[in-house]
Amino acid sequence: MDNVELIGMVSIITAGVTIGFGAPITAICEGWAVSRAKTELAQQPDAAPTISRTLFIGVAMCKSSAIYGFVVSMILIFANPFWNHVVAASGRQ
Amino acid sequence: MNITPDAIVYWQMGYVKVTATLVFTWVIMALLAACSWLVTRRLSTDTRLSRGLNFLEILVIGIRGQIRDVAGQNPDRFLPFIGTLFLFIVVSNLLVIVPGYQSPTGSLSTTAALALCVFVAIPVFGIADRGLWGHLKTYIRPHPLMLPFNVLGELTRTMSLAIRLFGNIMSGSMIAATVLAIAPLLFPILLNALGLLIGVIQAYIFSILALVFIASATRVRQVEDQSHPPCETG
Repeated sequence: MDNVELIGMVSIITAGVTIGFGAPITAICEGWAVSRAKTELAQQPDAAPTISRTLFIGVAMCKSSAIYGFVVSMILIFANPFWNHVVAASGRQ
Repeated sequence: MNITPDAIVYWQMGYVKVTATLVFTWVIMALLAACSWLVTRRLSTDTRLSRGLNFLEILVIGIRGQIRDVAGQNPDRFLPFIGTLFLFIVVSNLLVIVPGYQSPTGSLSTTAALALCVFVAIPVFGIADRGLWGHLKTYIRPHPLMLPFNVLGELTRTMSLAIRLFGNIMSGSMIAATVLAIAPLLFPILLNALGLLIGVIQAYIFSILALVFIASATRVRQVEDQSHPPCETG
């Protein structure tokens, strides 16, 4: 197994692991936040605009960690600097 | 498959490249400016308003109301900056239903530029509000030991603003492309509809977060000035 295959394999596995750990944990936390917000909405319907606005902001904050993982996995698959370097060095296409 | 419209180069001379990001940013700027100019060309004090004028008024009033709710201050100071951010991002996200269009917010350069605008706007608003010394004092706010963390927080929240918008829009187009390869009949339409929703929400979140950061840099004096009525709990 030469360097190109090794780097390709490690990149793909790492991309899968990154999104596979990042997305579910974030989803659980987001679901928790939404469920708490729904409880509050049921208890205080008058505060609905404030609750939903802070919920949006909070969920977006939580979501950004999953997005970081997604961006890293996309970079590993589509714009991998090590892959480009090795391919350029070995002269393959 | 490209993960960014930066890779599409229309014209190049030396280091100067005209990429798809740049072209579509210009298209959006021209569109926004032309629409506003067309609608506000004939302003009158008549009670009957044209449709476009009504729409723009609804938009501006809505943005003002949101700013007043979130910042708890007079919205006029923030309206130009926050409103421009929101309108630019929302138009660039909504135009993805036009075939052949590449959203400039799907490129990290655009979102980084927008986040840098916010990064510069925070001290500008803070200094305009409290003076240079007053703004610098916020960095040692709880204790001087917190100085590195405050500076780090400035940088990381700018970065997270940029990457959040980029990742959301890029993932939308990426998933649409993937689904197009698997089930090309009906599902891409549904995912495009979801992408429109996400685009509007992300534009809202970007501008609200920018507003929260700016307002937190300007708020303390307001709190000190006003005696707060006690909050009513329901």
